[in-house]
Amino acid sequence: MEKLRTIVKEVGLPRIIIMAFLALLIVLAAAYRIPLVPLLGAVMTRTLINGLFVLAMLPAIVSGIGPNFGLPLGILAGLIGLLLAVEWNLTGFTAIFVAMLTSTPLAIVVGAAYGWLLNKVKGSEMMVATYVGFSFVSLMNIGWTLLPYRSPVLRWPIGRGLRVTITVADFFQGVLDGFWDFSVGGFVIPTGLILAFLIPCGIVWLFMRSKTGLAMKAVGDSRQFAEASGLNVDRYRILGAVLSTVIGAIGIVVFSQSFGFIQLYEAPMFMGFAAVAAILIGGASVRRASISNVIVGAILMQALLVIALPVAGKIIVGGIGGVAEITRIIVSNGIILYALAQVGGGD
Amino acid sequence: MSTQPIATPAVKSAPPQGLHSTLKQFLLDNMVTTLFLIICALGLWVSGLPLTFVISDLIHRISRNGVLILALLIPVMAGMGLNFAITLGAMAGQLAILMVVHWGIGGVPGVALAAVLSIPMAVLFGILIGKLLNKTRGQEMITSMITGMFASGLYMLLLMVMVGSAVIPIVNPEILLGTGVGVKDTVDLAIVSRAIDNLWSVSLPITGLASAALMLLYYGSKLLAKQTTGPAQARRSGIKLGLIAAVAIAAVSGWIMTTDSLLNMVTVPVATFALVALVAIFNLFIITTKIGQDFRAVGQDQHIAKVSGINVDRTRIIAMTISTVIAAWGQLLMLQNLGNLRTYGAHEAVGMFAIAALLIGGASVSRATVGQALIGMVLFHTMFLVSPQAGKALLGDAQLGEFFRAFVAYGVIAASLAMHAWKRTMATRKRLLS
Repeated sequence: MEKLRTIVKEVGLPRIIIMAFLALLIVLAAAYRIPLVPLLGAVMTRTLINGLFVLAMLPAIVSGIGPNFGLPLGILAGLIGLLLAVEWNLTGFTAIFVAMLTSTPLAIVVGAAYGWLLNKVKGSEMMVATYVGFSFVSLMNIGWTLLPYRSPVLRWPIGRGLRVTITVADFFQGVLDGFWDFSVGGFVIPTGLILAFLIPCGIVWLFMRSKTGLAMKAVGDSRQFAEASGLNVDRYRILGAVLSTVIGAIGIVVFSQSFGFIQLYEAPMFMGFAAVAAILIGGASVRRASISNVIVGAILMQALLVIALPVAGKIIVGGIGGVAEITRIIVSNGIILYALAQVGGGD
Repeated sequence: MSTQPIATPAVKSAPPQGLHSTLKQFLLDNMVTTLFLIICALGLWVSGLPLTFVISDLIHRISRNGVLILALLIPVMAGMGLNFAITLGAMAGQLAILMVVHWGIGGVPGVALAAVLSIPMAVLFGILIGKLLNKTRGQEMITSMITGMFASGLYMLLLMVMVGSAVIPIVNPEILLGTGVGVKDTVDLAIVSRAIDNLWSVSLPITGLASAALMLLYYGSKLLAKQTTGPAQARRSGIKLGLIAAVAIAAVSGWIMTTDSLLNMVTVPVATFALVALVAIFNLFIITTKIGQDFRAVGQDQHIAKVSGINVDRTRIIAMTISTVIAAWGQLLMLQNLGNLRTYGAHEAVGMFAIAALLIGGASVSRATVGQALIGMVLFHTMFLVSPQAGKALLGDAQLGEFFRAFVAYGVIAASLAMHAWKRTMATRKRLLS
C-alpha cells in the first residue's frame, strides 16, 4: 500500500488517470471490433509530425524558462519559410530544405529577442510567453494580408492577402512520409518521418550532454547556483529560447508536408498548448524534462486523441465531432493545471 | 505600457510646478490611456461613422459589458492579478439562462431567476478556482487562464454529450439538436431578450440632464460637508472638476434637446446602467469594510497579512468567489442584451476583452479602479467599433481593421504583463542589492 502510494505520487495522479483512460479506450476499441492496425498507423504518423513541437519544449524547460507557451513564434517563422518555398515554385526535398534554411535564421533572431524579453520577466515567463505568442499570431494576421507574396497558389484569386489554407500537394506533400517507406503486413513504416523526428531528438540528446548543454541544465536547475559558479545565466536562457524557437520552425515544416496544407492566420494560436501538454503527460514538470518525456508524451497524447474518436462514435448517439476536441481540451489543460499546482504551493 | 507603480505610494512625489510640466506629468502617468485616446479619435475621424451611431452603439456595449469588467477589480486588489477565470462565471450565467429558457420563464422574472440560479454555481466555481490559485501562488494568471480553458472543456462535455442523454434526460427541441442529444450551437433567448434593458429606457439628453443633476447633488453635498480625509487642495479641485463636468453635461444635453439631432432618438437602458452602477458602488464600498481591508493587505504583502492575523488563503478564495459571482451576473446582462446565446463560444473571449479594456483604461496587474474600468470600456469599445471602418477607409479592407483590433487586445495584455513582471524583477534586484 505504501509502495503504491509512492508510485502514485511519483507518476502523478493525472498521468495515471490519463493512462487508465487510454487503456480503457483501447479495450473498448477492441470490444467494438474497431480495426486497431489503421489506428496504430494514424497514431504513429501524428506522433511523428507533432513530435518536434514537443521536442521544442525540452530546451526551454531545461534552460529554466519553462514550457514554451510562445511556440507560435517559431511556427510563424517556419510558415514564412514554407511560403517562400511555394513562392519560388520549389518541389520535393529542395522545397523542404529551403523552407527549413530560410526559416532558421529568422527563428534565431526571433528566438533571441524572445529570450531577451523572457530574461526581463523572470518568474512570469509562462504568462508573458502565452500573450506574446497570441500577439504575434494576430500581428501576423495583418502580415499575411500585406506581405508581398505573388504566387497565385498563395493568394486569394480575388480580394487581398494570402489564403487561409494552402494546398501543397503539387509541391512537397508527403516528401518525408514517402522517403524509404516500406510496408510490413499492410502496416506502412514512414522511414523519412521517423528520421525527421528521431534525428533532431538525437541532436538535442547529444547537445544536452555537451559542455554547453550541461551548463544550460545547471542554469535551469538553480539560477543562483549557476550564477555563483560564474555561468552567464541570461545567455543560456536565451540559447534555450532560440533552440526552442528553431525546433518549432522546423517542426511546422515537417508537419505541413505530411498534413498537405499550410495553415495561416489563427491556426498557430493554440499549437503551443498542445505541445506543453504532451511533454507534461510524458512525465516532465515545468522545471525538469528529458528526451524520454518528449517521446512518451507525444505518443500518449496522440494515441488518446486518435483512439477516442472512433470509440466515441460507437458509444455516443449524438454528434461525435466534438468528442475528440473535448478530450483534447480537458486532457491538455488538466495536465497543465496539475503541473502548475506541483511547482506552486509552498508558502 | 503601464506606468503605474507596483504599489501605490501613500504620498505622490511632489508634482513639478507649472501647468506645462503638470500636463506632461499627467500624460506620462497615463501613457496607455492617452495613446488609446489618440487612436480612438483618429479612428473615429478616419472611419467617418456618424456620431449618433457610435454613441448609441457605445451605450449598449458599455451597458452590457460593464458588470463583467467590474468583476475583475477585487482579485486585482487581493494581489491575484487579472482574473482570466471570469470565463467560469460567464459559464455559470450561461448554464443558468439555459435552465430558465428550458423552463420557459421569460421577462424580468426569468433573468432574476437566472441570477439566483447562477449564484450557487458561481460560488462553487469561485471556491474551486480560489483553492487552485492558493496552490499556484505567483502563477495565478496563467493558472486562471488555463482553468478557464479546462472548464470550457467540461462545459462542452456537459452540454454537448450529457444534456439530452441518459445522464440529464431532458426533452426540448427548442434548445437541443435534432438528435435529441446536445445543446444547439445558438440558442434563441427571445423570451428574456432585453428584459432588463427595456425595463426603463430614457432618451439620451434626458438621461444626461438627470445624471448631471445627480452629480450636482453629490459634489454639492461634498462641498458643503466638513472635510475629513485627504489633502484639501486635491479634494477641492476634484469637486470643482466634478461640478464643471456636471454643468457641461447638462449644457450639452439641453442643447441637444433644442436641436432636431438624431441623438434625441438614442435611448439609454437606465435599469441596466443602474445595475452596473450598483456593482461599481459595491466595489467602492467593499474597500471600506473589514474584508476589503483584508483584500488590500493580502494584495500588498501576504506574509505581513498572515502575521497580522489575516487568514490569507480564505481571503483569496473569497475574492475569487465574489469575482466569479459578479461575472455570472455580468454575462446575464450581456445575454439579455444580445438576445441569443452562442452556447460554445459566448464565454470564451469574455476574460480577454474585459482585461484588455481594463488595461487600456490605465489599470495594471496590481492596481485597478472603477474609474479606469469606465474609461477603459469607453476607449476599448470605441476602438472595437471604429476599427473595421477605419481599416476600410485607410487600407481598403475592413478585415485589416478587425485584425488590428484583435492585435491591440492581445498586444496590450502582453505589454502590460511584461511591464509588470519587468518592474517586479527590477524591484527584487534593487532590494537584493541594497
